[in-house]
Amino acid sequence: MKYLDEYRDPRLAKELIERLRHRAFSKKEIRLMEICGTHTVAIFRSGLKELLPPQIRLISGPGCPVCVTANEDIDRAIWLAGRPGVIITTFGDLARVPGSSSSLHIERSKGADVRIVYATLDALNIARENPGREVIFIGIGFETTSPTIAAAVRQASVLGVENFSVFSAHKLLPPAMRALLDAGDVNIDGFICPGHVSIVIGARAYEEVVEKYRTPCVVTGFEPLDILRGVGSLIDQVEGGRAEVENQYRRAVTMEGNLAARNLIEEVFEPADCTWRGMGVIAESGLRLRPEFEKFDATRRFAMPEINVKEHPGCKCGEVLRGIMAPPECGLFRKVCSPQDPKGPCMVSSEGTCGAYYRYHI
Amino acid sequence: MDPGLVQLDQGSGGRAMHELIDALFLSAFDNPLLSERNDSAVFDIPGGRLAMTTDSYVIDPIFFPGGDIGSLAVHGTVNDLAMRGARPLYLTAGFILEEGLPVGDLQRVVASMAEAARKAGVQVVAGDTKVVPRGKADKLFINTAGIGMVPAGRDIAGDKARAGDLVLINGTIGDHGMAVLCKREGLAFENDIQSDCAALNGLIERMLEAFGGIHVLRDPTRGGVATTLNEIAEQSGVGIRLFEEALPLRDDVLGACEVLGLDPLYVANEGKVLAIVPAGGAEAVLSAMKSHPLGKSSCIMGEIVSDDPGRVLLRTRIGGCRIVDMLRGEQLPRIC
Repeated sequence: MKYLDEYRDPRLAKELIERLRHRAFSKKEIRLMEICGTHTVAIFRSGLKELLPPQIRLISGPGCPVCVTANEDIDRAIWLAGRPGVIITTFGDLARVPGSSSSLHIERSKGADVRIVYATLDALNIARENPGREVIFIGIGFETTSPTIAAAVRQASVLGVENFSVFSAHKLLPPAMRALLDAGDVNIDGFICPGHVSIVIGARAYEEVVEKYRTPCVVTGFEPLDILRGVGSLIDQVEGGRAEVENQYRRAVTMEGNLAARNLIEEVFEPADCTWRGMGVIAESGLRLRPEFEKFDATRRFAMPEINVKEHPGCKCGEVLRGIMAPPECGLFRKVCSPQDPKGPCMVSSEGTCGAYYRYHI
Repeated sequence: MDPGLVQLDQGSGGRAMHELIDALFLSAFDNPLLSERNDSAVFDIPGGRLAMTTDSYVIDPIFFPGGDIGSLAVHGTVNDLAMRGARPLYLTAGFILEEGLPVGDLQRVVASMAEAARKAGVQVVAGDTKVVPRGKADKLFINTAGIGMVPAGRDIAGDKARAGDLVLINGTIGDHGMAVLCKREGLAFENDIQSDCAALNGLIERMLEAFGGIHVLRDPTRGGVATTLNEIAEQSGVGIRLFEEALPLRDDVLGACEVLGLDPLYVANEGKVLAIVPAGGAEAVLSAMKSHPLGKSSCIMGEIVSDDPGRVLLRTRIGGCRIVDMLRGEQLPRIC
């Protein structure tokens, strides 16, 4: 299949792997973080990790939208699900993430009306079909999903849909990259920047990381050859003492990104401080609805009580998300935490690091 | 009374129900055992062993490219019998209808069931109909049970895979699940992906005629190839190695899976059989499969090994190796 087969070519992949294996490294370990959960899964699914030379260490970062959603936001979504007449709509994985004491999935079995949608506009359609009910979309995800939620909000505004609102737990990736580097508890020699997010925000979005922190950034795609080329470019930069933004995913990503999508986010949302699981509050790393769209903001529509957040004792999702711990180092991994009975979000999501280790890693 | 929609009293056991049964079911499934209209069908059985199975069908949407709930209800049960080497003989059919179901839809489903049964060489000899109030069922649910005869000498079961055996499949994977998902969610790709829904008993007969020593036959329905192979690995206490480059996939199914972030190894099939065959018989079975209309793109996609008992591993195209786990929960499209 075009655009897939040529990037999965086994002969070229083996050549690139051999080239990496035979090169001399000046450092004992080069630590490259893939920020995006789709990259994490792609790396595991191709069995790439074990094929790289031991000096190259791939670390998974905070790029799974479900995983970085704070416990308190899950608890708030569960509280919203309990309001009379409310229909909760969200993406599939989120429903199974445990909050302090329940999950949307469990609430659904107890009678809450929680519906899984594939697109935000489906949520808007549910609102239009159920005029007597309050329909809330639990919005999570990075710059890839937020334009679609912005489109739904704008559409709701144009159509005058009165019973639709969004609980926005959307996040922005560049502030999280900066926060990781500022915290300094994880050594990162280079970033494999997310492919899908970069389609929207453009490769230029990483220039600040490169300039301020001197950390190389390479945007790349999700096929084995994309990832291998990305890794190769990062190694070249590290070994050459350079720190630049390189775009290895030019078939999809431009320097400026998708301007229509960026404008849509800008029109509907404004940056806001936001809590990330395992990373705490990161300034201006989230998106909230602008005042002119505030009637679609579920947090303003419903007076939310204070929520007492309880973290699962022993869950190391926070450490896993910051790349300072690999899933097998967590005491719960495979023992009490599994995809059937997940204790933390990194095990729930199909893009979560713990889930990927559990499902694919030998 | 609206003649176009199923009414509650058509399930009440009275005249309305008899009219529905006469008009629809008896004529469609017409056979001597059914038209006796007794409380149960009574028939002679050939000597030897019988296979028996049941399955319920609750698919949404009830009509999808390549099939419908009716043909599926016949094929699914016929296939479950065939997977033990049985020759399917008789089915029962239980219908739970939602009040308000268009009678035209029911007629279409029943006609499709009758056609599927005719093609598979089985008879529907007993049935039941209930109508439940609107909202208590989703359009219609069907249960079919089936009986088949296992010829002497056939011993096919999930615990018989042995190291050295090869894993064969009769064609591309994931077609049914993607056809249904695309239809249900209104996802339009260039062409409609067609379900592979089919009765496999004819193909299985041909395979067993070519080589009687097949160890395991199983249809990778819900949970897909990955889940079925994990079941076999566990039951037989063996490891299974798959070769990524050998996995048969249609371009449109692969494309749809890539767009949605789904793994075709976990997507349902309704016209596929996984055959675990001793290496010595694999060539004979493979060419028998390829000679059948339902096995034209059959291939060898893996092998049984003694390492890693209970696990399925995939050798990737680029030379890596990963676990292929059982499906946990439901496969969901990725978020971003």
